[in-house]
Amino acid sequence: MDALDLARWQFGITTVYHFLFVPLTIGLSVVVAALQTAWHRTGRAEYLRATRFFGKLFLINFAMGVVTGIVQEFQFGMNWSAYSTFVGDVFGAPLAMEALLAFFLESTFIGLWIFGWDRLPRRVHLATIWAAAIGSNLSAFFILAANAWMRHPVGFAVDPATGRAYLTDIGAVLTNPQALSTYLHVVSASFVVAGLFVVAVSAYKLLHRDKAPHPDEPGMFRRTLRAGLVTTAIAGAVVALSGDHQAKLMAEYEPMKLAAAEAIWDTEGAAGFSLFAIGDHEIGEVGVGRNIVDVEVPYVLSFLATGSPAGEVEGINDLQQRFAAQFGPGDYTPNIPVLYWSFRLMIGLGLAGVGVGVLGLWLTRRGALPRQRWMYRVAIAALPAALAANIFGWVLTEMGRQPWTVVGQLLTAASVSPGVSLAEVATSLTVFTVLYGVLAVVEVRLLLRYVAAGPGHVMPYPRQGEPEPASIPAFVY
Amino acid sequence: MIVDLPTVWFVAIAVLWTGYFVLEGFDFGVGMLLPVLGRGRAAEADRRVVINAIGPVWDGNEVWLITAVGAMFAAFPAWYAATFSGFYLPVLLVLVALIGRGVAFEYRGKRDDARWRARWDAAIVFGSAVPAFVWGLVFANVVRGVELDADGVVRSGLVDLLNPYALVGGMTTLALFVLHGAVFLALKTDGPVRRRALAAARTAAPVAGAALFAFLMWTQADHGSPATAALAACALGALLAGAALVARGREGWAFAATAVAEAATSAVVFAALFPAVLPSLLDPAFDLTVASAASAPYTLGILSWVGALFLPLVVLYQSWSYWVFRRRVTRAHVS
Repeated sequence: MDALDLARWQFGITTVYHFLFVPLTIGLSVVVAALQTAWHRTGRAEYLRATRFFGKLFLINFAMGVVTGIVQEFQFGMNWSAYSTFVGDVFGAPLAMEALLAFFLESTFIGLWIFGWDRLPRRVHLATIWAAAIGSNLSAFFILAANAWMRHPVGFAVDPATGRAYLTDIGAVLTNPQALSTYLHVVSASFVVAGLFVVAVSAYKLLHRDKAPHPDEPGMFRRTLRAGLVTTAIAGAVVALSGDHQAKLMAEYEPMKLAAAEAIWDTEGAAGFSLFAIGDHEIGEVGVGRNIVDVEVPYVLSFLATGSPAGEVEGINDLQQRFAAQFGPGDYTPNIPVLYWSFRLMIGLGLAGVGVGVLGLWLTRRGALPRQRWMYRVAIAALPAALAANIFGWVLTEMGRQPWTVVGQLLTAASVSPGVSLAEVATSLTVFTVLYGVLAVVEVRLLLRYVAAGPGHVMPYPRQGEPEPASIPAFVY
Repeated sequence: MIVDLPTVWFVAIAVLWTGYFVLEGFDFGVGMLLPVLGRGRAAEADRRVVINAIGPVWDGNEVWLITAVGAMFAAFPAWYAATFSGFYLPVLLVLVALIGRGVAFEYRGKRDDARWRARWDAAIVFGSAVPAFVWGLVFANVVRGVELDADGVVRSGLVDLLNPYALVGGMTTLALFVLHGAVFLALKTDGPVRRRALAAARTAAPVAGAALFAFLMWTQADHGSPATAALAACALGALLAGAALVARGREGWAFAATAVAEAATSAVVFAALFPAVLPSLLDPAFDLTVASAASAPYTLGILSWVGALFLPLVVLYQSWSYWVFRRRVTRAHVS
């Protein structure tokens, strides 16, 4: 173990953890804004109650996303100072834009939304949640443009005197094909998670609808269940289409990632999509790996990667030879078993989640609600499945880029902070892991408590025959 | 004389950090004063008054930090890299503090349970006091210089960073933020909290004044110029004015005065630093400077356009948010 390994573990742990909250923030901000818009349009109390109920859950999650995001911005400088010095001129620009254009918008307007219920005209208050939602969705674009640049660096040159990269074309960085495609994929996947969050909460409340505190409550949750299912199904279609595009970009710009994700050792035409494989790849013996067992669906991989069933897909052994000739001796293969299984788990769990959305729409058509209790439990389980799919997608993306931080330009081993000791990284890794672990328990318990307490807790039901109260109190701390 | 782009961006980053210290400075002060101002029989109601006074704005204030750091990364990559790897453990401490504090604001009131609230209150106090002290410590060390080698790597250990000058720097920001937070609460609340906040401000003013005087004199002696002397005089004058205005109960003007004191102190730090961004104690030739750490003119040009277009917009809507929440917070408001 050296500082590099621990710095990589810390980046992995803190980033994965951060991304448990990000998709919910991106998607739920829009869902809550849409619910409030429905209330604004119809004036029906159930939409207001749903807005405030899901709004509370959104805020519990939002806080975690904000605080874990701060770490990310400092971490590049703390653990990856060589990387930061090399890329700052290019990579820093989208990060600074993210803060100035997106984070200010998100944070200022979320404050106005939380505390502004009784201070702002209703139309203006509605605009504040939309502004916050736009901020969240905009921030994803800038950070993904920065991330895409690491995988497919464009619009830059390297100064031979300083050895640092410098920006030559900001347009190229912001319209990087990898950035646009990744944005669609990540944001639609976030909406799948948010849709399934609404589905899971609604399904839970409908599963226990015999205990509903008010006769109107199951009706409200049937509506939100449908809204969540529709969100999941539409977003799921975009995830699938953009994922297909991502595979083609991966074949073009990151062939090693694709080869590793598919455990294709030797370049082949008419390549099949592997369902199960056991590889034989001795560490240190690069360029001579093979599969002992491999179960394939013929032609599918070639079709996914190139659009033609006979298209050629490059193999790990051939790519390794090519990169060694291009960049000098070294191991240019990422962790193949991790990529292979992450790819399958991303697709499998993601499809399962989206499948629940589509099936759920069919089962709840024309006002129906399934009677079988297990169906509700499956709907609840779809949420962790979709979250896990998101995480495996990021594992594939980031570990598939190895051994590079910036493909073809800077190796991960050369990116770490030279002045930071093993003890320092070990300290921060331990501190973040423990702190994040504790906060995860606190956050999930709080969410469950608020789900159990239900919408009547955040907006009490009026007594029989009495009207809903005219004034709406702010959410105060 | 045409000012070059790296200098423009040095000033821009100084402005962003200054904005951060002025805005989150009072948030930190408010956090630290939570147990002092929210006590007695109605402690819980008063603590909620204290927290809700910054409730709508603290998150937006913290984005000034994110933007300042993002701008350092983009405009002076070597400065960003050397600073945050060089101040590793202090920065780690700040991050832990900010995480606990941010979650605490949101979660504290989400359960009606005294033990639950007591734990989050501790997170708010710790999470406010630590960054208030550490940012002063870090910036004093930046002005003083660190053991920066020829490769731009900071070799100073934690013990080196805890030198007397830096400790005075940390005490100064801590005391200034307590005062600034007390004045903010006097301005933004009413009833018992307002009275206690005024009393706290009166107590904090001489402490903050003494710390600021020591820090500014020391800075002037070792790193001073006529410009820093003028700014230091402005900072001390504003602090004295603030103390006098607090004594007369002129809360609005007092808040403006403590804000000016903080802004001028921050300006002293950056003016004392210029044209270096991170001086080396080993050899002046190893200094990171505005010129040597800067990104290329093309990048700085783009950042200038983006900053010039959007920062005024940010200031506009943040100001509007302060206007929306201009009313004093009282017990009735939070019950």
